[in-house]
Amino acid sequence: MTQLPNSLRSGPDARGHFGQFGGRYVAETLMPLILDLERHYRAAQQDNAFKAEFDDLLKNYVGRPSPLWFAERLTEHLRASASEGFGAKIYLKREDLNHTGAHKINNCIGQILLAKRMGKTKIIAETGAGQHGVATATVAALFGLPCTIFMGAVDVARQQPNVFRMKLLGAEVVAVESGAKTLKDAMNEALRHWVANVHDTFYIIGTVAGPHPYPELVRDFQSVIGDEARAQILEAEGRLPDMLIAPVGGGSNAIGLFHPFLDDEGVEIVGVEAAGEGLDGKHAASLAGGRPGILHGNKTYLLQDEDGQITEAHSISAGLDYPGIGPEHSWLHEIGRVRYEPVTDDEALASFQKLTKLEGIIPALESAHAIAAAERIAPTMGKDKIIIVNCSGRGDKDIFTVADALGVAL
Amino acid sequence: MTRFAATFAKPRPALVAFITAGDGDTAANLDALVAGGADVIELGMPFTDPMADGPAIQAANLRSLAKGTTTADIFDIASAFRQRHPDTPLVLMGYANPMTIRGPEWFAAECAKAGVDGVICVDIPSEEDAELGPALRAAGVDLIRLATPTTDAARLPDVLNGAGGFLYYVSVAGITGQQQAAQASIDEAVARLKAATDLPVAVGFGVRTPEQAAQIARVADGVVVGSAFIDIIAEHGDAAAPHVEAFTRTLADAIHSAKEIAA
Repeated sequence: MTQLPNSLRSGPDARGHFGQFGGRYVAETLMPLILDLERHYRAAQQDNAFKAEFDDLLKNYVGRPSPLWFAERLTEHLRASASEGFGAKIYLKREDLNHTGAHKINNCIGQILLAKRMGKTKIIAETGAGQHGVATATVAALFGLPCTIFMGAVDVARQQPNVFRMKLLGAEVVAVESGAKTLKDAMNEALRHWVANVHDTFYIIGTVAGPHPYPELVRDFQSVIGDEARAQILEAEGRLPDMLIAPVGGGSNAIGLFHPFLDDEGVEIVGVEAAGEGLDGKHAASLAGGRPGILHGNKTYLLQDEDGQITEAHSISAGLDYPGIGPEHSWLHEIGRVRYEPVTDDEALASFQKLTKLEGIIPALESAHAIAAAERIAPTMGKDKIIIVNCSGRGDKDIFTVADALGVAL
Repeated sequence: MTRFAATFAKPRPALVAFITAGDGDTAANLDALVAGGADVIELGMPFTDPMADGPAIQAANLRSLAKGTTTADIFDIASAFRQRHPDTPLVLMGYANPMTIRGPEWFAAECAKAGVDGVICVDIPSEEDAELGPALRAAGVDLIRLATPTTDAARLPDVLNGAGGFLYYVSVAGITGQQQAAQASIDEAVARLKAATDLPVAVGFGVRTPEQAAQIARVADGVVVGSAFIDIIAEHGDAAAPHVEAFTRTLADAIHSAKEIAA
C-alpha cells in the first residue's frame, strides 16, 4: 500500500485504524482468518491479473462506466426559486444503472474474486433491504458458488420481491429471528455462521464496516465510482466539481465517490445521514445522534445508550437502517473533511417523487436522501458551481414502501 | 496468593460456571453455584448484540436487558457476591462496547472495587489489547484471553502476552452452546497450550453434561459450562436456584473426581 505523506487517502494504518476508528474487534476464532484475508488482499493489489479481471467484469458484466448525467430540469427547477444568480448545476452519478440496480455489485465482484483467490467454496452475506443480498447472490450465481444470505425476519417480510430474487439466483435466504430482526441482527447471525465455518466460507460484507481489512477493501472496490466521476466531470466541464453529495448508511457508495476527491481541497464533500422521523425521534443518524463505540468488528460512531447497549435505528430507507457507520466516515467527520447532514424520511420521500417527475429517474430511497440535501444546498450556491450527487441505486425496490407512505394501495 | 491461584492450586480440576447477570434471580443462582461446588464464577454482562453466542445465551441477554439490567446493576451483583463469597474467583464476561464505553480505566476501577478477579472480553483480540488490557492490569484485574482451534503456534505467544488468571480454550470454532469438540482434539490442544504457558487451561463451548465435563477434566485444569445453566434458568425463571444447585453438584462431582478416576 502506498503511504503518501499529507494525503487523506493513505489510511488506514497497518493495524486498520483511521485515527481512533476502525480496527479488528473480533473473536479470537476469526482473527487468524482476518489476517489471512489481509495477506491475500495485499497480494491481489499487486497482481495485475486480479485488477484486469475486476475491470473486465465491471465493464462487461456490471455495465460500467455508469453515466454522469446533468440533471438539467432539476437544476432549473431549483434555480426558479433561488435568488438571482444562484442555483448550482447538479450532476447525477448513475449507479442506479448498474446491473442489479445499485452500487453494491461493484464490491461483490471484488470480494468474490478474493474468495476465489483464497480457495473458499461457500459465500455468505448479510442484507437489510435485500440489495446487497441480491448483488451477492448474483455474483455467487455467476461464479457457481453456493450462497447463504442472512436477513432479519422483519426485512424478509417487507422485502418479499428481493427475497424471491435471491432465491431465483440460487441463494438460500435465512430469516434471522434474533434481536429486532433487521440488518444489525442479520450481521450478528452472519458472523455467528462465519465463526463456525471459517475453513471454507467467505463473508462478503456489504458496506465499508466490519473488521479491517473490510472497510479498506470495500472502499477500494467502490472507488471506481469516484474515479469515473472525476474523469467524467473533467471531460464535461473541464474542471473538478465544487461539491459531492452522497447518502450514508454504512457508507460504501459515499466513500466510493468521495475517496478519489479527498485530497482536492476545493471540493466540498457532504454525506447525508438518515434522520428518520427527525433527530429528536427515531432515526439512523449515527454521527449526529451517536458516539464512538465498538460493534461488528470496528470502532465507529454508534447509536447507543449510556451503558453501550446498541439502540435500534429507523429510516424509511431499509438500506440506511443501521445503528452504525463505516469507520472511515467517523474519521472524516472528526477531522472535518466531510460534512454530514441529516435528511428526514419526509424530505427523502418528497425528493423521491420530485426526481422521478423532473428527470424520469426513480431513485432508491437511499439516493433520495442525497437528492434532498442537494435541493437544500444547491440554491445557496452560485449558478457557476457544480454538484455531483451519487444516485446510488434505483428505486424500483422501494415503490411498495413509497406507496404505503403515501397512503396508496397497490 | 490471588483467588485464581488458590483455586487452581487445588489438586483437582475446577468447574467454571457461567450465568448471565440479570437473567432470573442472579444472586440466588450465584449462591446455588457456589453451594453446588462451582470453583470459578463467570458472570455474563448482557449485550444487545452477543454475536459470539448461540441461541440460549442470546435469549438470556435479551431477557436480562428487557428487565432493565444496567452496568451499575451488574457491579452491584458482583459486589454483593464478593461480600457473601470472599474466596470464590469472579469473572465478568462480555463484549467490548459495554466494557469500554465509559473508558477502560472506569471499567477497571469498578471491577477492582467490586472484587472482580478477571475479565473476558469476547471481541477484543490481542491486536486491540490497548482498548482494555493496560487499564485492567494496572488495576490488578486479570485479563483472561481466549485461545481457539484457529489460534496457530505463530499467534499463540501474542494471545498469551498480557494474559492472566487462566487461559480459556474455546474448544470449537463456533458459538456458545452448540456442538461439542471431539475429545481427541481437546486433549491435543490442551497439551499444546500447557506447553506454551504456566497459566491454568480451562476448556469450554458446547459442554453440557457431567460425562463430557469429566472427559475434559482428565486433561484440563478447568471446565467451563454455560448454556446448560442458562437453559435451566430459562425453564425455571426466578425459582431456578435449587435446580441450578443440583445440576452444579453433578457437574462438580464429575469434574472434581475426574483425575482420580483417570489415575
